[in-house]
Amino acid sequence: MNLISRSHWGVNALALCIGLFLLVFLVIPVVTVVIVAFQDPGTGAYTLVNFVDFFNTSLFQESFLNSFYVASMSVVVATIIAIPLAYFTTRFNFSGAVLIQTLGIIPLIMPPFVGAVAMLLLFGENGSVNLLFDEWFGFTIPFMQGLNGVILVESIHYFPFILINLSAALLNIDRAMEESAQNLGASGTRLFRRIVFPLAMPGYVAGASLVFLKVFDDLGTPLLLNINNMLAPQAYLRVSSIGISDPMGYVISVILVTFSLFSLWVAFLALKDKDYSTVQKGGGGLMKRDLRTWEKIGCYAVVILILLMVLSPHLGLALLSFGTVWSYSVLPDAFTFAHYGNMFRVAGPYISNTLLYAGLAAFIDIFLGTAIAYVVLRTGVVGRKWLDFIAMGAVAVPGVVIGIGYLRTFVEFNVPIIDKPLASWWVVIVIALSIRRLPYALRACMAALQQVSVMLEEAAENLGATKSRTVRRVVVPLMTGGILAGFVTSFATASVELSATIMLVNTEADAPLAYGIYQFMQSAAGRGPGAALGIIAVLIVGTATYISHRVIERTERQRSDGGIVVAEVAGAAP
Amino acid sequence: MTEIRPDAVAVTIENLSLSFGDTEVLKGVNLTIEPGEFFTFLGPSGSGKSTLLRAIAGFGPNPGGRILIGDDDVTRQPPWTRNVGMVFQSYALWPHMTVRKNVAFGLEERKLMPKEIKARVDEALDLVGLLDFAERRPSQLSGGQQQRVALARTIVIEPRVLLLDEPLSNLDANLRIQMRRDILSLQRTLKLTTIFVTHDQEEANTTSDRIAVLDQGIIQQVGSPIHLYDEPVNRFVADFLGTANLIDGPLETVDGTALFESDNGGTAMFRPQDLTIQPPPGTAGPDAALLSGRVEHREFLGNLIRYNVTVGGRSLIVEDSHNAGRPAFSPGDDVALALDTRNIRILTG
Repeated sequence: MNLISRSHWGVNALALCIGLFLLVFLVIPVVTVVIVAFQDPGTGAYTLVNFVDFFNTSLFQESFLNSFYVASMSVVVATIIAIPLAYFTTRFNFSGAVLIQTLGIIPLIMPPFVGAVAMLLLFGENGSVNLLFDEWFGFTIPFMQGLNGVILVESIHYFPFILINLSAALLNIDRAMEESAQNLGASGTRLFRRIVFPLAMPGYVAGASLVFLKVFDDLGTPLLLNINNMLAPQAYLRVSSIGISDPMGYVISVILVTFSLFSLWVAFLALKDKDYSTVQKGGGGLMKRDLRTWEKIGCYAVVILILLMVLSPHLGLALLSFGTVWSYSVLPDAFTFAHYGNMFRVAGPYISNTLLYAGLAAFIDIFLGTAIAYVVLRTGVVGRKWLDFIAMGAVAVPGVVIGIGYLRTFVEFNVPIIDKPLASWWVVIVIALSIRRLPYALRACMAALQQVSVMLEEAAENLGATKSRTVRRVVVPLMTGGILAGFVTSFATASVELSATIMLVNTEADAPLAYGIYQFMQSAAGRGPGAALGIIAVLIVGTATYISHRVIERTERQRSDGGIVVAEVAGAAP
Repeated sequence: MTEIRPDAVAVTIENLSLSFGDTEVLKGVNLTIEPGEFFTFLGPSGSGKSTLLRAIAGFGPNPGGRILIGDDDVTRQPPWTRNVGMVFQSYALWPHMTVRKNVAFGLEERKLMPKEIKARVDEALDLVGLLDFAERRPSQLSGGQQQRVALARTIVIEPRVLLLDEPLSNLDANLRIQMRRDILSLQRTLKLTTIFVTHDQEEANTTSDRIAVLDQGIIQQVGSPIHLYDEPVNRFVADFLGTANLIDGPLETVDGTALFESDNGGTAMFRPQDLTIQPPPGTAGPDAALLSGRVEHREFLGNLIRYNVTVGGRSLIVEDSHNAGRPAFSPGDDVALALDTRNIRILTG
């Protein structure tokens, strides 16, 4: 390939810089955490004693089992929510399909911890729902009791991962797959069990393992619900109360990373060699049938029930932000704007910090994402696959681990001009956010670049454009949609990230919104303003999500209008 | 036809109509396919040929009319009880099963003993020459091999009828010719009533005992390939099967007579090879009319040369066989054409 001969020093230098960035801010902190976990805190000698201590401490045993239990049960509950929704849209001519698509987005625009407190007020022991249940039926359901609360909040938030993956898997099954089975004598449940289910399984497992990973690593939700006997909260509490030298935080980090890698590995295995996407030209999806009236009513009932559940954190948060006193009653006693006033008096810096941090992090992400995508897909730089691999590896690193790793690694690194450790400078929060969000931005950029045919670049070069001018005038403009979508996604998710930030915030003045919500929610009096701030967060993320959807939609329309037809045709084989 | 398998059955289609929503795809189709026959539905895309085939297998909306397999009215039967084997255009091999599992599927659904299933699967795979590939996944096979697996999977259940939905369209040209011969010889061996759907006239001509030409949901004509080529009933069939000169109204000959003047409303049809191209003035035998014209265009096709010749304002297609050393005419040359009048057909549709 002439690609290799043409990759000159500029591209190599770029790749080297990216590699260094990833090395310093991702690899070294994580490796440091792992090393410390295996070191004797006194002597520094390598040992397993920390792990022995960990598994001999009953609190840690309990935390480990709790985290495992909560993550597994969240997968189960999320599955129960997702399966009927995926089934309705792919199997029936169901007019509520748009509703279901919306359902798949709504939860994601609010991080789970923001709605957690509101969920307590709605579904808690003395929450609205149980008060009504007690009054009407004489019993209550412990929705939010202890670990149940974490499971409920997490599964409501994360079920879209399963819904999206499962629906995609079902949609990718060609009708002929089913028809040929029918033609050979299979029908009904046997057809489902032998053909549809196995073909959809890889997609489901991929979604489910992602949910497991996310829940297992989550710090914010258990903290907000005051459930401390889980792994991530324990790691945070050990480091924040005992200090950065306590080995238990590191041991927990290693366990978190191990389980994250394990669930990614499961997802990888599920999808490996199983490109079951069998849709042919003009084929398209499973056989759909019309619903009978009573079936339609049933479908709508299920969808609306789930919609209510999914909207309840948002609803509860809104009520909390506008309510005066809300305790032992179905609804708040009265409504007021006071919380918003209080919140705005205090929270100005939180909001501006958030916009600054998330904006910078998203910018870093799309820059890195575009550059890595180009280096990987279009150049012959040695080790380019490793750039991709390491950047994607950030998925497996929980926020808590990044936090601990940064504190440990950069605490002795003094930034020259401001003369304080990098670990306590606000910029480190930006870097942590950008590393955490990089995998998502990178995927978006990769996808965007894959859509741009090499032929389009070759045409530009043939007409006299140099490599760098081709990139600037042809490649980047064609990637704009994807890059923009990557930016907005990074921005939206970074702006409500809690787990890494909570550990890296050094002074109140540097704190972003998520940290502010956490602070407010600590006291009963702060809940109102905290909820108001939560609403602000929802607005920011919601707006960003809406914009990214519009961008993606527009790009796709352009494509289907034939704007970049060549890219479509030839882009498959760059 | 060679001898007919005793249990080969006929397929009878009576007044079959079928609509997708408001779109009528089949409009009153009547057809009888004889036991053991290799029968082809030939037509352009959108003609309803695949829909008709799928209706026989039980897929698609409920049709009006009746479909009989032998004496069995299957019109209201679900696909899984019909016992008609269908090979799908995309092969539809299940990617999560090995080749053996794919082929065994239908037998397992019929609750056969494992021992018998194994024997029959081996036999079917052997028949298509893929016994060595039994433990592979479909994704590890080439397109032609996948096609054979799909065929084995279908014939292993000993279906009453074999339905083939454009089975060759995903193969490259050489493989296609090989595969159509293989399918035909398999059909002859099994003496299985077979319906083949294609838009490719060469595929249809080379394999079929009889062909039904479909257009716009209506059967235009049924007959043997040669019959359809020589005796088309309408413009569509004439044009779809090979190249045809279709002339409305009179065509003046060299001696001043106007051909086709009396055939009011009809269209005169003759094939390009019914014209013999000669240098002027040219000669014509007793059953031929002599025309004079000018070459407009020439295409060299290897074994023959195709000319467009203008005669009295009409463009006629003329095909002349080609051998080394035989002189060719050039655009602008004046030529004489002898038209074999015995081969002229008057079409009414």
